[in-house]
Amino acid sequence: MTSTAATSARNFFSHAGKKTSFLRLFRNHFLTGLCIALSLLTLVPLFSIVVLVIQNGLPLLSTNLFTQLPPAPGMEGGGFGNAIVGTLVMVGIALFISVPLGILAAVFVNEYASASWLATLVRFVAKLLTGIPSIICGVFAFAAVVMTTHKFSALAGGIALAILILPTILLTAEQSLMGVPYAFREASFGVGATPFQTIWRIVLPEAMPAIMTGVMLAVARAAGETAPVLFTALFSQNWIKSIMEPTASLSVLIYNFASLPYAYHIKLAWSASLILVALVTLSNILAQVIFAPKHR
Amino acid sequence: MTTKASQDPLALSNDFVSGETNFIKVDNFKFFYGKKEALHGINLEIPSRKVTAFIGPSGCGKSTLLRNFNRMNELIPGVRHEGDITIHGMSIYDPSVEIIALRRRIGMVFQKSNPFPMSIYENIVYPLRIAGQNNRSILDETVERCLRSAALWDEAKDRLNDSALGLSGGQMQRLCIARAVASRPEILLMDEPCSALDPIATAKVEELIIELKRDFTIVIVTHNMQQASRVSELTAFFYLGNLIEFDDTRKIFNNPSMKQTEEYITGRFG
Repeated sequence: MTSTAATSARNFFSHAGKKTSFLRLFRNHFLTGLCIALSLLTLVPLFSIVVLVIQNGLPLLSTNLFTQLPPAPGMEGGGFGNAIVGTLVMVGIALFISVPLGILAAVFVNEYASASWLATLVRFVAKLLTGIPSIICGVFAFAAVVMTTHKFSALAGGIALAILILPTILLTAEQSLMGVPYAFREASFGVGATPFQTIWRIVLPEAMPAIMTGVMLAVARAAGETAPVLFTALFSQNWIKSIMEPTASLSVLIYNFASLPYAYHIKLAWSASLILVALVTLSNILAQVIFAPKHR
Repeated sequence: MTTKASQDPLALSNDFVSGETNFIKVDNFKFFYGKKEALHGINLEIPSRKVTAFIGPSGCGKSTLLRNFNRMNELIPGVRHEGDITIHGMSIYDPSVEIIALRRRIGMVFQKSNPFPMSIYENIVYPLRIAGQNNRSILDETVERCLRSAALWDEAKDRLNDSALGLSGGQMQRLCIARAVASRPEILLMDEPCSALDPIATAKVEELIIELKRDFTIVIVTHNMQQASRVSELTAFFYLGNLIEFDDTRKIFNNPSMKQTEEYITGRFG
């Protein structure tokens, strides 16, 4: 009686015999190990980029970078304050256009008319646009803004970036709105709120952290893109005085200076890369802090 | 009193002296989800300041009917209705009825408690704020009144500014009841309010329901027949989109006149 019980217990824990059980155990550990190893492997390129940028960018890092203008070719000293300001201005213009437009479109698409043909069309076009190469945005803004105003300008650069990030903002905002439980809307309608009140007071605040994550992704992309601003804002050796004139940006500065034969300019390009990475990281952290959900 | 309401809607009229006997009147009401007819011509009169329970197996239409009283079903695309529902003799489908005002007069408590991700205080004053009321002392008063009527004041008074999501399941549901009464509705609709609660929290909410009927007309949908017999004075039994029987709760549970009701009550189907 007891021996049968013991046997059945053994069979219960390793029903297919010892050998298979060992093999299974081995395979289990092997695959777990493989997963860990591959995860670590993906960190390698990420970390090497950061390390490389810090290593090469750090030597020139000083307040001069932020306050001074780029040196003439062959000269040393100076910084790229104008490019930092230019990037901020153009990303600002892009956000100013795309964030309200993208979020409102997402509200329409998800809250008001999710099943309508217009919503389907907007969604489809947005998905299509996310796949469009950034240089096309640049060419478009060149044709639409630069050709009509007869000027390379920060405005044209900002518009090119706005087109680039609009679909990202729209689609992430839609996803964020979709993630808000229906129960919240029901509760709000249940006490007599209008759709507008429900969206404005309940749905949008609840979706805001996720929407902001999307916006930050867009900022990171916009700040780092070279192609759209290359054609549109061009570059400038001077401080920006108006958004209607050629404007320097970090990404174009990196592109320009990295290909120059002067060691100092190449070092400046590295420092610009470091500042760019730092700016994006900083704005990311800031957005997380500001828009963190208050009640959890 | 042994009447099938679907056949003789006026038969209940003289039995209830307190308040209006036909406070909510459902008149040959049909409801469609797309092509599917979910309710087949319901006739029903719900008296004021009583607890009326809707029972029946899943998909029988009891929640559908409940959600028509405050027109919440209209949020679902592709629905339509025939017939009429009147409250105080006024059709809720009358073109002059503002759906917003209607929902303010009819509080609703949902199956799964759904407090907003805000503080306890803001949850309760939300119905007032959306109505444009921002007077601090009025809001403060409302919070205390509602938390007291939801039997939550003692537990919550020291943490009004804490997140509502930190409350226990039972407390959250009582908070939702507090929020539902904030706009001083006359009717409280409860859609299986205890189905996600443990027995102790359920007992508290049931006590509360009995307490609340002094001020509100309560219609409660429940799957729990003991609950229906504990809290309600009237019970309507629905089956396959029909109202089978509507009567005094004791009558329904002790001596139902319809065979289907008896079979459901005794657990033979459903």
